[in-house]
Amino acid sequence: MEALIYNFFNLEILLKVHPLLLKGFWMTLQLCLLVVPLGIAGGLVVAVAYSFHVRWLNWLLIAYVDFFRSFPPLVLLILVFYGLPFIGLEVPSLIAVLIAFLLNTASYYGEIFRAGIESIGRGQREAARSTGLTGLQTMVYVVLPQAVRNVLPDLISNTLEVIKFTALASVVALPELLRMGRVAQGLTYNPTPLIAVALIYLALLWPIVRLLSRLERRTMAKR
Amino acid sequence: MNRIAENFFDLAVMAKYLPSIIDGVWVTIHLAVLIVLSGLALGFVLAVVRAFQIRPVNWLIVLVVDVFRALPPIVIMIVFYFALPFVGISMSGFVVAWLSLTLVLASFAEEIFWTGILSVDRGQWEAARSTGLGFLQTLRDVVLPQAVRLTIPPLTNRTIVITKSTAIASVVAVQEILTQASAAQAFSANTTPLTMAAIAYLIIFFPLVVLSRWVESRFGWKR
Repeated sequence: MEALIYNFFNLEILLKVHPLLLKGFWMTLQLCLLVVPLGIAGGLVVAVAYSFHVRWLNWLLIAYVDFFRSFPPLVLLILVFYGLPFIGLEVPSLIAVLIAFLLNTASYYGEIFRAGIESIGRGQREAARSTGLTGLQTMVYVVLPQAVRNVLPDLISNTLEVIKFTALASVVALPELLRMGRVAQGLTYNPTPLIAVALIYLALLWPIVRLLSRLERRTMAKR
Repeated sequence: MNRIAENFFDLAVMAKYLPSIIDGVWVTIHLAVLIVLSGLALGFVLAVVRAFQIRPVNWLIVLVVDVFRALPPIVIMIVFYFALPFVGISMSGFVVAWLSLTLVLASFAEEIFWTGILSVDRGQWEAARSTGLGFLQTLRDVVLPQAVRLTIPPLTNRTIVITKSTAIASVVAVQEILTQASAAQAFSANTTPLTMAAIAYLIIFFPLVVLSRWVESRFGWKR
């Protein structure tokens, strides 16, 4: 028991390394605030483009989505991070992370938005167009609000996944929460910082998990 | 263009490192198959146990399932691999990767199976019980067959996402595709091995992603 407390819940160590963890936490937060909106924007572009039902374009979009859904995000990240310098693009690790995550998350968000848009009946569009709204207005004011509501649980679920992905950035030395936890562990030779990192993620993401369980149950019960 | 060919598609490098990438492919497939089998089985068992509605047991299940849904897989693996040895629990990287992702998949699967069980109307339970079927018989012969069908599309998607996460095992020194490719990249000072890894993942997972699309249209519910 003593060994457990000394190694996992060592307050002295925690006190010493908490500035590092705090720094990592802010980086993770910033990363989320960049990656999630970027991914959602990318996904919307994919889904709206798909909704025009141009055959060659749709083949292209499905190929894009399935291509990036087949890649582990970590592989994509490492390929972008180590690959870009070889074609003469020296980019900071943050940019490499953003590019890799945009490619990956946009395809997942795109699939979800596409399902949402397809769940809205044709009649809605036709009615909106016949009142004089343009195609774009119809999409923004009529289709998307209902589409988003229909796929809200999937959107939240994917956002949870995206936030979890940000921990992968530790592999390319981006100083986010997990990276900082490992640095702190290395400095103190005590795994307390790792446990602290896990607890921070838990505190951050558990509410989303709870919310999801409720939403999913509700939508499934409705079917 | 030449530069891209040289750094990403160098045939000499490809030929040299093909055997080690193929070794990695087998490790990845081995790990993935084990995770799918144990993860889905454990998730199913947990959902069935939950159906008995024993309060303290259910709280425990919900707690564990929530934790493993909230934590990023990379954080779980790092805690298992780098922190647990300090309290006397040492596991090889392969076991850590298998155990971590099994727990993650089991948690998501439990939630999906449970939602499926809940979606079967109460009347079905009551009708089955009133014909003289026992609780277990009702669960096995009436409820589960209906519940499982509903769970196939989300389970397929989730299983693919989690088996892709085996790439994270590279962080705990499992000799899977990404580890092999990173080592080869370091030796050859060339990104080609990473391209090969990407292609290997594409060959393994692209058919599965296409399959998941088919499953969705076959078993999914029209909204």
